[in-house]
This record gives sequence, structure tokens and C-alpha cells, in this order.
Amino acid sequence: MKVLVGVKRVVDYNVRVQVKPDGSGVATEGVKMSVNPFDEIAIEEALRMKSAGKADEVIAVSIGPQAAQEQLRTALAMGADRAILVETDQTLEPLTVARVFKALVDQEQPGLVILGKQAIDDDAGQTPQMLAALWDRPQATFASKVEIEGESAKVTREVDLGLETIEIDLPAVISADLRLNEPRYVKLPDIMKAKKKPIGTHTLEELGVEIAPALKPVKTEAPQARQGGHKVESVSELVAELKNKGLI
Amino acid sequence: MAKVLVIGEQLNGALSAATPKVVACAQALNPESIDVALFGAGDLAGAAEAAAKFAGVGKVLTVSNPANEHPLAAVLAPQIEALISEGGYTHVLASSSTTGKDVLPRVAAKLGVTQVTDIMAVHGANSFTRPTYAGNALVTVEVPEGQIVLGTVRGASWQAAEEGGSGAVESRELGVELPSHTRFVSQETSKSDRPDLQTAPKVVSGGRGVGSEENFKVIFSLADKLGAAVGASRAAVDAGYVPNEMQVGQTGKIIAPELYVAVGISGAIQHLAGIKDAGTIVAINKDEEAPIFEIADVGLVGDLFEVLPALEKELS
Repeated sequence: MKVLVGVKRVVDYNVRVQVKPDGSGVATEGVKMSVNPFDEIAIEEALRMKSAGKADEVIAVSIGPQAAQEQLRTALAMGADRAILVETDQTLEPLTVARVFKALVDQEQPGLVILGKQAIDDDAGQTPQMLAALWDRPQATFASKVEIEGESAKVTREVDLGLETIEIDLPAVISADLRLNEPRYVKLPDIMKAKKKPIGTHTLEELGVEIAPALKPVKTEAPQARQGGHKVESVSELVAELKNKGLI
Repeated sequence: MAKVLVIGEQLNGALSAATPKVVACAQALNPESIDVALFGAGDLAGAAEAAAKFAGVGKVLTVSNPANEHPLAAVLAPQIEALISEGGYTHVLASSSTTGKDVLPRVAAKLGVTQVTDIMAVHGANSFTRPTYAGNALVTVEVPEGQIVLGTVRGASWQAAEEGGSGAVESRELGVELPSHTRFVSQETSKSDRPDLQTAPKVVSGGRGVGSEENFKVIFSLADKLGAAVGASRAAVDAGYVPNEMQVGQTGKIIAPELYVAVGISGAIQHLAGIKDAGTIVAINKDEEAPIFEIADVGLVGDLFEVLPALEKELS
């Protein structure tokens, strides 16, 4: 079974992003870029399936600028067998991204596609569900445990009420949540080895993907900052203040 | 004029607390009509009556089917599509609950549109503000003119809708084929008599500083004293102190209680994203440099194992 995993290049999760003063977006020039953390979990899960003999090949896919090769190299260094970059300088919305994955699914015929449950830049959380819809296959979102059992998979999902386990027939789309696994650290020799692994490139035109009508960003603004208050010295001061505010 | 379909949610026949907030967002569109859809396997009358009471609700459409016992996106999506096509809706709104987040993009892809995730504010029929970068950049977007709007509604940004309506309840049979490729197996929910984290006016949360599952009892104890719900930081959940449904933050629950007490929580931006709309934030942490103090309204530097018992005593 082939497993396709998504790798989005995003602003590193430790960076405190700054909104541009003209409201046109977020300043990303010179900012550290990384693999979307949920995608790292997706890659790790696919690699564990391969070690367990449940998958034969792990293919990392990124859709973005040429620089996204760096993130694909990370995926390859973690252990992915090969990578595909669908190169575009446009900012694509989830539906178009899902269409690209669908085109690659048609080419590669994977048994499973694992994607992060959301990207930490646009926080849209749509691509996995959209791919499952376009593909007319099952989706198991917010996965915290996956067990492949022949032609189906048992997936435990993190939902508002707690944990829900569902069974899905393969092929299918799984979206990775935080506690699915803890991604491995990449070691230097792996980075060297990864340089020899192939990255294939495509364009949207080659894949015959039409860009979906986009939401038009009108303005970007920073949220109203919470004004920090003050510190109190003792528990009784704290209680007095909360009583004063009518909170207790 | 807008015709809105709200994807309502119910649990054991009772309307979910998230749905009135979605109706509030629908009301903000100043629409011609609001219909609420409810899916389930049993008697939906109670939830339907509750939904019909909100101002502006014209119809509550109940779809009772054994296949809808558990909300599976692959099963719900074709039914929602059928309701959309027969109702001619211009807007379809669901909660940013795990159910809403699961199903609505599946519907959106079938309709060939991108969804507006986590609507915080409405500026007209096709203009909305939504959070990006864990709420650190708010983007106002416009949906192309003439395109159906699908959106999930960020509960913490909305108050429950006003009542005062008297909508009609209609039961619907949808003649759509439902897939069998996705099957419910089991559910694990921790039973609790405490208030619901997402709607409670008071919340006490514990973080890594609490140190263990056993130690978390001090958090529960304070919460009970205050009549508060209990939450946790990602670190506390990852460490296994408490189950996942208690996580507050960017990828957990986003809440807006009147009082939020953060105990042993350092205050990573991902956690702060979940509590930005809280009324008063109290931070208790032994590290006086912890970032949580930068946004807390009231801070107390101290060892939580000394502060919490003392606090309980003062409250008695």
C-alpha cells in the first residue's frame, strides 16, 4: 500500500506573527518556515505504518513555492521514500489544494492519504475532508490512533465529547491530530541521505487542476490585545478582587 | 435576501449549546428566513421545539434515521446536500464543533466552494471576519458574489440567539443513498457532573505545572468550590493528566467564560488563542516570568499546591 502525506510550508509555530501595518496580510519575509506541525505527525504515522509492514511506500507531497523543497527534504530525511512538489507561487485555498491531491491520487493510487488536521497559518481545517469528498471515499478526521486491518482501518478520533472510534474502508483520508504520535527528530546522516532521494515536480496545468473561486481577503488586522492587569500579593487579595468584580 | 440553513446539533434529543450561537450568527445576516436542520436516530421533538423558539426561525427540519445515530460526516454530507438543493439556501452555517468541522468542508467540496472557517463577525451577506495564525491575525474575507456561503461559526464570538420565534417543525425523509464505507464502532466519554467546559461561566484549567494525574485533584477541587468547569493546557493533556476533551487552545476548545483561572499554565500562544474572549483571566504560577501574566487580569505568583488550598479556605 502506498501512503501519500501532505507537507505544507508554514511560518514556524514558535514565531509570533506580525500583521502588516497596511492590513494586506502577515509579514512572512525573513521569517523561519517549517513543516506544518500536524503534517509532521502525518508523515510520522505513515513511516510507522511502513516499519510495521502495513505500507510499502511513503510519498510526501507539497503544494507551494519552490522553497517548499526544504520542507520536502525534511520529510525525506524523516524517512519518506520520495517527494512530489506541485509548484505554484499563488496562495491556494483548501478546495484547490484538495483538487491537486485528487489529481495525484488518480496518478499514484494510494491506499491512504494522511494530512494534518489543519495548517497553523490559515487554520482552515478543510483540505482532508474536501479530498475525501472529491474522491468519494471515507474520512477519519482528528485521528489520535490508527490501526490498519487489511482492507479497512480502525481510527480513534478526538471529538468534543471525548474519543470516538470509527471503522473506514480503504482507500481513505485520515487527518492527524496532536496525539497521534510524537514525530521523530531528524539526524544529520539522514539529512545527507535525503539529498539523494528524488523530488518530482509538477505544475497545476500539468495536473489539469482548475483553481477554485477564492475568498477575497479584504483586510488583515491584529486582534485587540488583552491588556495585562496586575499581580496581587496574596490569596486574600485575590479573593477580595474577584468578589469586587462580582465573579465569586 | 439570504435564506439560511443552520446545521443544528443534538445529543440524546436535547439541543446542543453550540446551536443557539450558530443561529445568532444566522440572525446577524438579517436574512429572509432561517431553517434549522437536526439529524438523529430517535425522537428529535425536544431539540426541535427548542430550536423553533429562536427569533427568526421559520422551520426546523428533523431527519430521523437509524444511520444518523452518530454524526458521521460521510453519512451526513449527502443528506445536507439534499436539504440544500431542495431548500434553495444562500447560506449554510454549522458550529465549529468537531461535528461541524468534520462535515461542512465535505459538503463545500461537493458544491465546489471553499468554506469560511470560524466566523467571528458578519459584515453583510458575503463578508466575514475569521481568525488565522491561532487568532493572531484576523482576516476579513468576501465570498464571491452569487456563490453559496458555507461557514462554521466560532462559538466564543457569539452569544446564544434571542428567543421569541415560533417556527414550524417538519419531519423529513430524504431519499438519498448513504454510504456504508464509514461505520461507528464506539465512543469513550468521561462522565462528569461538572458544568460543560464550552458553556460554563467559570473555568479552572491546569497545566504542566500540576505535575500529575493524581495532582489534578486540586484543580477539580477548586473548580467544584467555584462551580466551575475544568480545562487543561495541551501539555497537561499530552502528559496524560486529563483526557483530550478538556484541552483549551488553538486546536482544542475555544472558550469565553466570565472567569478563567489558569493554574500552572505558562501561556503558550496556542493556549492563549483558546481564552482570548474570556472576561477575567486569573493566573496562578510559580514562575513570575511566565507569559500568562502578560495577559492575565489578575496574577498571583506562588506554588499552586499552597495557593489552591488557601484559596479554597478563603472561599469557604
